[in-house]
Amino acid sequence: MTDADDLRARTRALLADRPPATTSRADFLAARFDAGLAWVHYPEGLGGLGAARSLQSAVDAELAAAGAPDNDPRRIGIGLGMAAPTILAYGTEEQKRRFLRPLWLGEEVWCQLFSEPGAGSDLAALSTRAVLGDDGVWTVTGQKVWTSSAHLARWAILIARTDPAQPKHRGITYFLCDMTDPGVEVRPLRQITGEAEFNEVFLTDVRIPDAHRLGEVGEGWQVARTTLMNERVSIGGSTGGRESGMIAPLARTWRERPELRTHALHQRLVTLWVDAEVARLTGERLRQQLAVGQPGPEGSGLKLSFARLNQQISGLEVELLGDEGLLYDDWTMRRPELVDFTGRGPGYRYLRSKGNSIEGGTSEVLLNIVAERVLGLPTEPRTDKDVAWKDLAR
Amino acid sequence: MSATPSLLATETEDDLRAAVRSLLTTHSAADRVLARAESGAPYDRELWKTLTGSMGLAGLLVPEADGGQGAGHREAAVVVEELGRAVASVPYLTGAVVTPATLLALPERTAEVSALLAEVAAGSTVAVLAVPLTTAPGDPLPEVTTDGGGLHGTVRSVADAAGADVLLVAADSGLYAVPAGAPGVTVTPLTALDLTRPLAAVQLDGARGTLLAPAADAAPAVRAGLLSGAGLLASEQLGLAEWCLTETVRHLKDRHQFNRPLGSFQALKHRLAQLWLDVAGIRPAATAAADLLATGEGGPAEAQLAVAVAQVYASPVAVRAAEEALQLHGGIGMTWEHPVHLYLKRAKGDSVAFGGAGRHGQEVARLAELPAP
Ligand SMILES: Cc1cc2nc3c(=O)[nH]c(=O)nc-3n(C[C@H](O)[C@H](O)[C@H](O)COP(=O)(O)OP(=O)(O)OC[C@H]3O[C@@H](n4cnc5c(N)ncnc54)[C@H](O)[C@@H]3O)c2cc1C
Repeated sequence: MTDADDLRARTRALLADRPPATTSRADFLAARFDAGLAWVHYPEGLGGLGAARSLQSAVDAELAAAGAPDNDPRRIGIGLGMAAPTILAYGTEEQKRRFLRPLWLGEEVWCQLFSEPGAGSDLAALSTRAVLGDDGVWTVTGQKVWTSSAHLARWAILIARTDPAQPKHRGITYFLCDMTDPGVEVRPLRQITGEAEFNEVFLTDVRIPDAHRLGEVGEGWQVARTTLMNERVSIGGSTGGRESGMIAPLARTWRERPELRTHALHQRLVTLWVDAEVARLTGERLRQQLAVGQPGPEGSGLKLSFARLNQQISGLEVELLGDEGLLYDDWTMRRPELVDFTGRGPGYRYLRSKGNSIEGGTSEVLLNIVAERVLGLPTEPRTDKDVAWKDLAR
Repeated sequence: MSATPSLLATETEDDLRAAVRSLLTTHSAADRVLARAESGAPYDRELWKTLTGSMGLAGLLVPEADGGQGAGHREAAVVVEELGRAVASVPYLTGAVVTPATLLALPERTAEVSALLAEVAAGSTVAVLAVPLTTAPGDPLPEVTTDGGGLHGTVRSVADAAGADVLLVAADSGLYAVPAGAPGVTVTPLTALDLTRPLAAVQLDGARGTLLAPAADAAPAVRAGLLSGAGLLASEQLGLAEWCLTETVRHLKDRHQFNRPLGSFQALKHRLAQLWLDVAGIRPAATAAADLLATGEGGPAEAQLAVAVAQVYASPVAVRAAEEALQLHGGIGMTWEHPVHLYLKRAKGDSVAFGGAGRHGQEVARLAELPAP
């Protein structure tokens, strides 16, 4: 089994072989992937060494110290955080070899074609249809919505209905969809911030070879659950040191602008500062648990905490700024590559963070999950479980 | 600059928790806690004997060379948390945390200090600091004057004073150990909101005690003792809150109304899920505080900030846990017989103890450089 010292030695060997100063970014990243130092917990040959996940930090620290380029993880978050773990868990050898390398290198951006106009929280009710032809190729037709990064994506993870006569959870199949297929049309969907980070995606007779099906026919829901679990971990799990994240610009403004301070705002500031610190410690504890292989249930709660904190903190920042809080940096309709909370103004932070309690499972749905899976409370009586999808109310 | 201690329990801490919890399940059941409260006995002496005698738990903060166990704040926090979970009535937070932490913070270990420390660590002497339970670390202390060697003054709302053998008195002339039964000492039990942490007024009319330290050394030591108390109070609040949450979840799974378990109604599920989330945050906050109190890593300000953060956060959450528990138990929660009121009273009392969230919020503002207008 590989240990941290071994990984550090391998990283130093990589750095000696391809000094970042004289190696192109693409070459360096490719060499890093091929040396198994991309994500060390992945198998050998797929960018990893089959090592413990917690050992990645040893590699990252060496690389950062040497000023090595990274793969710009924020730009390819959906690929790294959702598509990759699902492909790793359910993909054929062929699929893993084909997709994981360009995904990690950032050569191929991924998006997530899950939500539909009629199926958001109740994702399993989706109605995009996939039909298998005699030629072994699926034909997919339907509409997806709120698809982040679809305008940048080369590939998509897609779920579609393959058997409408089954109850909704059972008739779904999971695909890897080529976004360059002529049947895929991406239209920007402008959001409250003025820009269009997400899109509507219309699928008209899109052709997907059976070789791009992930998992068995009719078992797509199970595969999708892997994706959704990883989505919540990646959305909830990003914290730095004390006073990092949304609280940082608020605290800075408070320190630099004494004329804006009032007692009522001070009370709220201190409470939120403490809540942010406790959320950081909760995330830190979770990371320590993961590192020793004992993931705790707190993970399910972190996304809830961060959604609330981001919204309340950015809301307070707008109020604190008074006159300036009334202004907005830019309403131009743009199609950004990534969400940048700190690079923009407080109005943007306030508006964009509203999405934090909707994207990746709404806070209401997450509270249901916590109540049922963590606390073991019973489900609400359900009327949809054993009814064929085609007979559901809509 | 932010110190990040280990937030996971060690094996020793897990073992200690299991031992204390199993003891409390048999020796401090809710009916027994209530019976003690009604009897007027200042604390559960039998339980105290078991905790301090065979288990040696009063000496966790005290080094072995001084007659203690040589453990630390993290281990003591585990005991405090379990005592909170049982709302046990023993003078632990006062007599086994604040007092030894105060004595250990004195710069000079005189023979008198050593002797008292050993007795406190053994649990044979219950010594409590004669300050109001509401005193925050760094707050001004009650005025006790010295006149011809005798101490004079009145201290209101001292926790666990009625059962104490010795009172630690910070007077204008120094820190004294005053036997509770000495002439000139009157300890008057008060009727407290919290039935499980008795309060008493202490009056000194020329009482004499043993001088432990000069006045200049007393104030910083008392401050250190109160800081330990405030930090570990968060663990007590965690234990209280977890009990409230667990019992409420259990009750709502069992209780049927409208032909379904009450716990299947989403309105209640969401309240409990949110409560779980909030209660879960107390643990890392309390562990960080206990750890920094033990190690002093990053300097005194780090421990002070961690304690203040833990208090600002834990106090309202613990109160809400108890209030939610009462509400979601319905009428049964309003009865004297059901233990939830013991938890509500303790949680509410705790929210004012050692300064409360308001005072600690001021500390956060000072230490994190977020000044008030
Ligand atoms: C910024 C952003 C980016 C997104 N990116 C993507 C993406 O890349 N790919 C993708 O597939 N999707 C994406 N989404 C879509 C997102 O996953 C859905 O919006 C979300 O799952 C909610 O579904 P919905 O919008 O249909 O709301 P609905 O399900 O209609 O919910 C409406 C309201 O009802 C509440 N509600 C619903 N069901 C319950 C219940 N059982 N109990 C209690 N309350 C309930 C919800 O919490 C919500 O408040 C994105 C959304 C946003 C805001």
